[in-house]
Amino acid sequence: MSDHPEVDDHSGTETTGHEWDGIKELNTPLPRWWLTIWLGTIAIALVYMVLMPSWPLPWADTYVKGLRNYSERETFAADMVKLAASRGADQEKLANTALDAVRNDEELFNFAMAAGESAFGDNCATCHGAGGVGAPGYPALVDDVWLWGGSLEDIKTTITHGIRGASDDTRFSQMPAFGTDGMLTVSEINDLVEYVTSLSNRAADGAAIDRAKVLFEDNCAVCHGENGQGDRMQGAPILSDTEWLYGGDREAIRQTITKARFGVMPNWQDRLEPWTIDALAVYVHSLGGGE
Amino acid sequence: MGKTTIIGGPSAKSGGAANATRTAAEGVAKIDVVAVNAQENRKLYQERIPIYPKLAHGLFRKIKWAFLFVLLGIYYVIPFVRWDRGPSAPDQAVLADFAGRRFYFFFIELWPQEVYYITGLLMLASFGLFMATAMFGRIWCGYACPQTVWTDLFIAVERMVEGDRNARLRLAKQPFSAEKAIKKAIKHAAWIAISFLTGGVFVLYFHDAPTVALGFFTGQAPISAYLFAAILTFTTYTLAGTMREQVCTYMCPWPRIQGAMTDEDTLEVAYRGYRGEPRGPHKKNDSWEGRGDCIDCLQCVAVCPMGIDIRDGDQLECINCALCIDACDAVMEKIGRPKGLIAYDTARNQDLARQHKKPVFKLFRPRVMLYVILLAGIGGAMLYGLVNRSTLELNTLRDRSPIFVQLSDGSIRNGYTVKILNKATIARSFRISVAGIEGASLKAAGAQKQSEFMVVEAGANKVRTLKIYVTIQADTAKVLKASVPIAILVAETNGNEDAVNNTVFLSGKK
Repeated sequence: MSDHPEVDDHSGTETTGHEWDGIKELNTPLPRWWLTIWLGTIAIALVYMVLMPSWPLPWADTYVKGLRNYSERETFAADMVKLAASRGADQEKLANTALDAVRNDEELFNFAMAAGESAFGDNCATCHGAGGVGAPGYPALVDDVWLWGGSLEDIKTTITHGIRGASDDTRFSQMPAFGTDGMLTVSEINDLVEYVTSLSNRAADGAAIDRAKVLFEDNCAVCHGENGQGDRMQGAPILSDTEWLYGGDREAIRQTITKARFGVMPNWQDRLEPWTIDALAVYVHSLGGGE
Repeated sequence: MGKTTIIGGPSAKSGGAANATRTAAEGVAKIDVVAVNAQENRKLYQERIPIYPKLAHGLFRKIKWAFLFVLLGIYYVIPFVRWDRGPSAPDQAVLADFAGRRFYFFFIELWPQEVYYITGLLMLASFGLFMATAMFGRIWCGYACPQTVWTDLFIAVERMVEGDRNARLRLAKQPFSAEKAIKKAIKHAAWIAISFLTGGVFVLYFHDAPTVALGFFTGQAPISAYLFAAILTFTTYTLAGTMREQVCTYMCPWPRIQGAMTDEDTLEVAYRGYRGEPRGPHKKNDSWEGRGDCIDCLQCVAVCPMGIDIRDGDQLECINCALCIDACDAVMEKIGRPKGLIAYDTARNQDLARQHKKPVFKLFRPRVMLYVILLAGIGGAMLYGLVNRSTLELNTLRDRSPIFVQLSDGSIRNGYTVKILNKATIARSFRISVAGIEGASLKAAGAQKQSEFMVVEAGANKVRTLKIYVTIQADTAKVLKASVPIAILVAETNGNEDAVNNTVFLSGKK
């Protein structure tokens, strides 16, 4: 190799000086645009490193914060505060408005519906189903059957204190387990199943109905009413309609009488803001069954 | 780097001394210029050779000035034109209001649902372009294309600061000096100012122009305004300032497509070879017999902003700006030959002229008629649509969760989300009812009262969304089919306008 790099005649470019079987490698410089951009990115990276958080400092359990002292977490927290502030007026208005007056204010109603829908999806839909369609053991909220009442205030009370929940003011009632507690015999229960079936105008064994008439009056009518019309004060379901929370066939009714049911809904006053509960009440009320 | 730089000026062949003395004919100097973008001069991977177009004088230059002033005038003034639409809508004549999801164009107001008018507009634009090209060649490229208009403006600025072709050439060859630095600085500053005005005005089409124009300088304008102004400033500066003819030659698809739009009857800027050849310098008192009218003075090449030689015939690079016609006509006048050696002409007529036959002009050919029919059809359909545009639109979405609800008394209820689009500039009240099913009653979500119909109000220029429940009583519900087609009717209470949506009522039967 000579001191001066060899220049290729054809291209006018220097060679690297390497040669393999007569083939020489050109030392073609990098395209200038490529080099410029590459150096530019390095420059940007250096500036970024000075301005923004860059190096971790594990021994001090911290990091180099950069001149701008930027923190994504703090920005997020500030954004959330800003968001809460922007909603604050509507939230306060909702909390201070009587529930039955919300509907008269279109904007407030829309806010309550939107907030309610979102809160329902987060907290209620797990049991009551998307859109409040319900499931066996979990009441449907879209129809006009209410165990404890379907007015705005009733719904609000239910959400706030729950049913058989941990709140002191929770709605509470308990059906006795007539079979497992030995209050009724198996044949008496069988007769009652026929009787309850007949209450909703379905065909049933006439002899069994006659035998169960007194049994029903003695054991069931105090809560469910003489004609099975139910009682909202105690959350006692109507037995004479077509809606059944745990199923209306004979086997399901026998299960209910034998072992009783004890559905629990949590009280939400410790978990949700009062205005959220208001929004939920408005939303659930609007699902179609509100009274 | 280290390459020989050819500037679009003195050819390699011509010596400096011969330069001044060369003449093409009595009183007409032969310009020392190379058509750098002509096919035989342009190598693949060759760096751009700058072009220094000479100022042309004549009819087409005047037309181009007129186009430049009118088109730029429209562009810069339109955002500030006001148009009263009442209190519910902005008063800007042309406004694409993304935040409010409306498009305003004088008396036309479009909602996002009517975006198909944009499709119509694009079709009109493209068929209009096709028709113009079939009849007159690339008049779009030559006169109206933004690339042409802004490049023309930038070259005019360059000429004002640095002088015409010869002065610019001299400046380019000069070593770096204070004078050169000042001239370059002034030129680029002016270009950037124009670019900024271009980008800044573009933003005004999307916001209230006076507000944003003021707010732009006080930091009150939205971020997007600054961003788009910056992007368009950059693109205007590069496309019109530094890239120029390369955009047309390398980036634009239209030169490739337009070959399919033209035929032998299309008027195009053409060098009439049958008249011009054989070309060559003409000496005073020589006869014009046995030779062509082209004296090879290269004036046509010197004025060409694309750096080509029109005498090579129709070529992809040519934007048909017709400046070579002006340049050649001026020369023809000087040497006493008839004008029109370079002129708008058709291929057919050049052939006919070669055979000494009379020219034939067929402007309205089948393809042109087809474009006329398409334009009339699409334009007519759009006009009909706009004239009969309804100011009420209805969208109904059936609830799917739950599909239906059976109430305790056996009646069946379905839910629907109804959106009433009130496109009028006043608030209106509407009566909602249901048709196609017996004994249906309606109620709004959250309401108590059931009734056969309900009345709601929708604000001016607003969408009213409401959820309604339709209930069928038990005895009727029993005999319903699984799915019953029904219609949601929305009618203005004063009877002016109505709208219908077809949907179904599901009874839950198997």
